[in-house]
Amino acid sequence: MKVLVPVKRVLDYNVKARVKSDQSGVDLSNVKMSMNPFDEIAVEEAVRLQEGGTATETIVVSVGPAKAQETIRTALAMGMDRGVHVQTDEDLEPLAIAKILKEVATSEGAELIVMGKQAIDNDYGATGGMLAALLDWPIGSAANSMSLDGGALTVVKEVDGGLQTVKLQMPALVTADLRLNEPRYASLPNIMKAKKKPIDAKTPADLGVDTTPRLKTLKVTEPAAREAGIKVEDAAALVDKLKNEAGVI
Amino acid sequence: MAVLVIAEHDNASLKDATHKTVTAAAKMGGDVDILVAGKGIKDVVAAAAKIDGVRAVLGVDHASLERQLAEAMETVVTGLMGSYDAVLAPDTTTHKNYMPRVAAKLDVQQISSVTGVESADTFVRPIYAGNAMATVQSSDSKKVVTVRTTAFAAAGEGGSASTSDKDGGIGALKSEFVGEELTKSDRPELTAAKVVVSGGRGMGSGENFKLLEGIADKLGAAMGASRAAVDAGFVPNDWQVGQTGKSVAPELYIAVGISGAIQHLAGMKDSKVIAAINKDEDAPIFQVADYGLVADLFKALPELEAELEKAGL
Repeated sequence: MKVLVPVKRVLDYNVKARVKSDQSGVDLSNVKMSMNPFDEIAVEEAVRLQEGGTATETIVVSVGPAKAQETIRTALAMGMDRGVHVQTDEDLEPLAIAKILKEVATSEGAELIVMGKQAIDNDYGATGGMLAALLDWPIGSAANSMSLDGGALTVVKEVDGGLQTVKLQMPALVTADLRLNEPRYASLPNIMKAKKKPIDAKTPADLGVDTTPRLKTLKVTEPAAREAGIKVEDAAALVDKLKNEAGVI
Repeated sequence: MAVLVIAEHDNASLKDATHKTVTAAAKMGGDVDILVAGKGIKDVVAAAAKIDGVRAVLGVDHASLERQLAEAMETVVTGLMGSYDAVLAPDTTTHKNYMPRVAAKLDVQQISSVTGVESADTFVRPIYAGNAMATVQSSDSKKVVTVRTTAFAAAGEGGSASTSDKDGGIGALKSEFVGEELTKSDRPELTAAKVVVSGGRGMGSGENFKLLEGIADKLGAAMGASRAAVDAGFVPNDWQVGQTGKSVAPELYIAVGISGAIQHLAGMKDSKVIAAINKDEDAPIFQVADYGLVADLFKALPELEAELEKAGL
């Protein structure tokens, strides 16, 4: 079984996003970029499927600028077999990404796609669902655990009230939540080995995908700031303030 | 202009998230209809018809809709969109599961988790865990939108919308519901509670969350947690408040032993009043807290419970 994992290069999750003064977006110059944390979990799951003998080949794909290659190399260093880089300097929307990924999944003959449930930059949480719909595949969203048994994939999903289990026919798509696994760190020998693994280069035009944006960003602003309040001496003072000043208890 | 709102419900009762989504829909202008998709939903349809400003309620009753499976919802909603210019759903896990499918089938870019509706085509939404707010204008002929319900007031009741049954056109599905393990609690739902008491890594263990229970009982509060506390296995996953967990905006949010990571603040900083208890006076949580108590929580929590008791709670 071929497993495809799409990954995205995003602002590192420990770096606070700064809004540009001209309100055109978030400043991404000279800041640390990393693989989207949810995608790391998806990569780990694919590598484990291969180690367990379920996956025969693991392919990582990223749609993005030249530097997205670094993110692909990170996945290869974690143990994936080879990469596909669809190069574009545009900040594509989930719909365009999903259309590109559909072409890649189809041409690669992927039978299982595992990907992050959302990217922590734009927070759309839409690409996985869109890709599943374009392929007419079932989806297991926000997976907490997954297991393949015969021809069916059982996915335990994180839902608002707790956990829900669904059974999907293959081929299928799974989006990873935080607790699906704990991603490994790539070892130095594996980082060296990853440099020799092949990365296939493509463009959206090669795949025949129209990437015209549907949304126009009018402005990006700082959120309304919350002012720090006061410090209280003890629990009694806290209760007094909540009751008599704020009136919330 | 007509907008379809998808109801949040559990087949028996209609949830408040629906009323809030109706408010967001009304800001787009035009007629607002509600879709109730589920199984055995008569009471839910009747409740939805009472929401102010709603023109019609459409009920689709089908076995595959009992758990609102993604493919079944995609078929039902996509099938109805011939008559609508926009579809809005609360950004809960139920709707996040299928709304991108609807958007892809309609060839539309979804606009996720909006916190503001400027016009029929322009929306405000948080990006980067709420560290930036993007105002986006959609050129798509139909809009597919999920709504961060904590940002909108609930529409009132007193309306009398028409109701009708629709056939969802659901065929064979490639997925099936197997089971669920829902957290049982007598407390209010986390996202709808007026008071939320949350614990973080500083709680030290799941056992110590008992210290918060007495306080939550006195305040009629829901209980939440930071990602660190969930990752440490102190409490169940569905307690998590933050960028990747739930967004809450109660009247009062009490953060105990929570340092205040960006990811956590993203999920609670719209609370009306924030109180924080932490022994580290430099913890970032104090930068957003209205009332901060620098103290050892193991000493402060029993005192707080006693003080609430004294205050007659």
